[in-house]
Amino acid sequence: MIVSRSQHNTNNKLVFRPDGEDHPSESEHEPERRFMLGLFASMLDGVLVGAVYGLAASGLTLIWGVMDVINLTHGAMVTMGMFGVYLLFTETGLNPYAALVPVAALGFVAGVVVYWTAVHRVVGRPPLMSLLTTFAVNLMVIGTGTILWSTSPYNVDVNLPGFSLGDYTFTGNHLLAALAALIIAGGLSLFLGRTRLGKAIRAVAGNRMAAELMGIPSSQVLARAFGIGIALAALAGALIATLFPFTVLSGGSYELKSFVVTVLGGLGNPTGALAGGILLGLMEGGLTPFITVSWIPVIEFALFVAVLIAFPHGLFARRPRR
Amino acid sequence: MSPKKPFFWVLVAVIAVFLVPVLTNNVSLRESLLLAAIYIILTSNLNLMIGFTGYVNFGNIVFFGLGGYIGLYLVTAGGLPLVAAAALAGAAVGAIALVLGLGILRLRGAYFALATIGIVEAIQAFVANFEPWGGATGLYLSFQAYQALGGPREALWTVYLLLVAVMGLSLFLCYAVKNSRFGLALFAIREDEDTAAVLGVRTPLYKATAYSLSGILPAMAGALFFFKQGVIQPEQAFDLTLSTEAIVMLMLGGQGTVTGAALGAFLYEQFRGILLTSTVFSSFQLVIAGALLLVTVLFMPGGLMGWLHRRWPRLRKVLE
Amino acid sequence: MSALLEVTGLCKHFGGLRAVDEVSFTVEEGEILGLIGPNGAGKSTLFNLITGVMPPSGGRVRLAGTDITGWPPYRVVRSGLARTHQIVRPLNDMTVLDNCTVGACFGSETLGLSQARRVAGEILELVALADCRHRLASSLTIAGKKRLEVARALCARPKLLLLDEVLAGLNPTEVGRMIQVFRALRKGGIAIVMIEHLMQAVMNLSDRVVVLNFGRKIAEGRPHEVATDAGVVEAYLGDPHIAARLTGPVSDGATP
Repeated sequence: MIVSRSQHNTNNKLVFRPDGEDHPSESEHEPERRFMLGLFASMLDGVLVGAVYGLAASGLTLIWGVMDVINLTHGAMVTMGMFGVYLLFTETGLNPYAALVPVAALGFVAGVVVYWTAVHRVVGRPPLMSLLTTFAVNLMVIGTGTILWSTSPYNVDVNLPGFSLGDYTFTGNHLLAALAALIIAGGLSLFLGRTRLGKAIRAVAGNRMAAELMGIPSSQVLARAFGIGIALAALAGALIATLFPFTVLSGGSYELKSFVVTVLGGLGNPTGALAGGILLGLMEGGLTPFITVSWIPVIEFALFVAVLIAFPHGLFARRPRR
Repeated sequence: MSPKKPFFWVLVAVIAVFLVPVLTNNVSLRESLLLAAIYIILTSNLNLMIGFTGYVNFGNIVFFGLGGYIGLYLVTAGGLPLVAAAALAGAAVGAIALVLGLGILRLRGAYFALATIGIVEAIQAFVANFEPWGGATGLYLSFQAYQALGGPREALWTVYLLLVAVMGLSLFLCYAVKNSRFGLALFAIREDEDTAAVLGVRTPLYKATAYSLSGILPAMAGALFFFKQGVIQPEQAFDLTLSTEAIVMLMLGGQGTVTGAALGAFLYEQFRGILLTSTVFSSFQLVIAGALLLVTVLFMPGGLMGWLHRRWPRLRKVLE
Repeated sequence: MSALLEVTGLCKHFGGLRAVDEVSFTVEEGEILGLIGPNGAGKSTLFNLITGVMPPSGGRVRLAGTDITGWPPYRVVRSGLARTHQIVRPLNDMTVLDNCTVGACFGSETLGLSQARRVAGEILELVALADCRHRLASSLTIAGKKRLEVARALCARPKLLLLDEVLAGLNPTEVGRMIQVFRALRKGGIAIVMIEHLMQAVMNLSDRVVVLNFGRKIAEGRPHEVATDAGVVEAYLGDPHIAARLTGPVSDGATP
């Protein structure tokens, strides 16, 4: 997405600048055609980035759906994924896409550790408890990250060749990140549907007590599900690191986006998260040419609250609480 | 409230402590206690939602920030005196919160908590784009504003005293709510909202009232604090970190208790002061706050006050 | 002159399931009405519809002539109709007295805190929970919690009380004590609708009995009439001889 006629604002969002002056128009319809092409490109870019949002959200929604815990370590774990790929790339020279494998493995281990230290004791308790324990872990991880890397920006310096569309150039990074997100989301869906552990996870999500009576060690299963959720967050972070510069605090804004995606896509269903992510990306891309970029978060979060209120039990809660 | 109630003397003692810098004319102590007063205001009012009603509000800072903006706007654009601006800011935020509350309080548990995060983000993003309030650059106070209070030095003392008054009001509000019919209804909602409704508690209205009530005094504190700062910007006004720190303080002191909320806020501020001045630990502030929160929630869910109450049950009657 | 409670054609559908299907009945002032039927017959759902916990899919509920259909629960209580829950729902982290004070504060009359405390105290005496008034509700035994349910509902000073299986799970002594409470209430002029599986108690206490099966009303009448109704015996009571014996002395003349 490094580009001839567009530029990044401080949020690293693509800003489209319709500008016909230094291109003498060949025909009357030329500016219009160029605008439509620009809009299309912006939306396509939104879809590509949105797939990565969706991947991040699928980790959040998996944990939420399985154990009714809103994982506030999500943002911190996205950040860890970013720095994981950065360190592997700069220190060992590992290809960033190959680095996804160790990042996912480390994410899984981190998730299992966080589960046993902070989550296990509060599953099934009032929501305040798990919100606070995961938030506490978030503070510790972000605090440690700030000590190690301060809050200055980093980036993973890879540039894969891509293609151009009008004023836009899509880098290979964007295409590959979206492709990776789709493959991982597809893999997750297969995993949950076809494997023993996947089925156990769904059983525990449906009815923990019944699953336990059927001989499923539910705590072990929850720990692994938490690990997978964190691994997904870390993978999303790693992919985002190949797209945009990032700081220790970047994970927080992707956590917020994940909340929006989760609300849009429906709760507890990773495929829905992918659809929600693409919807969010599409919206961001589609709005960019029309309004000032700084208004986009206003719309996003107002929509988030509105959808929450309008569908408190529909889109959101499959099972009414209590 | 009569002098016969132990709480009366607790309140007197707290305010006496906060008057020490006035008597000794100690500016650095004043600055430290000013921050403590703000923490106590935020935490006590948050307690109305989390401790009394059982709704986790991650966005309590919205009241503080909006109050600051409305207050500063009324002073700069409206030329209102500080006290009037702060009072109006409190009233305006209370009204906004009531309307907002009737909407978002249809959500329960974790969904409500999420919505409050969304509200902080939406309002912060909106204010950053809102030109009458200076957009991303914020609002600045002209030097003249301090002259109305007899010069900058005097203005700082006046703001401090007003904040201590708001703090006293916050503690009294918590106490009064806790010992009222309204408070009883809120406790019933915290324990089991559906049952509360079956027992006759008009839950939607009571929840929204609690939400609105918990916004008024923080809004006034915001107006006073940002008047003192002389400038307000979206990132400082709607700082999600401060919002969540208030939750840490509340849990530390003991949710649901009036004195616990204040104690937690006070201790956290003192503790933070020590950490920030120590060269070794200043960078560990977040890590330590996180560890503290984790240990409190897992092993001492009632906070300090809950622990004290269990240890010495008679204390329940004295320190509410 | 209308009845105290008048339920007409009440329905509740969950998807294709008709949990409550066109149920109609009335309750007169000061009357005890038994509501019986097998598990899943829709008895508790019927209570939920009457008290506004769930909106009905169709039909009307009138209380003392006022249409209260679809009112939220807190409005229903204030109009004089209180209920207990089949699965006890104490406000755990509050004292027994406070549990009842909530009921008294927000009941059919709006009371101030101190007055409500007094009313709550009196009612706790009535159900013999006064000794536990300062204990946390969560610390009560199951029998205690059942009594608390009844006390809390009574604190609202209702004209009509809906009791959902308050005798289930109690031992014979506790059942006896609870039945005495009900008799005292009836003397006080409070009408009661009771869902109960303990047939002896239902048949002895009730003035009339309504039988539900698969969401429909299959019988209604005086206890001994219902107990000998062929449809009721088949659907619920089982053996006709046992059914007849259940109704105790009342049924003496009716046994063939």
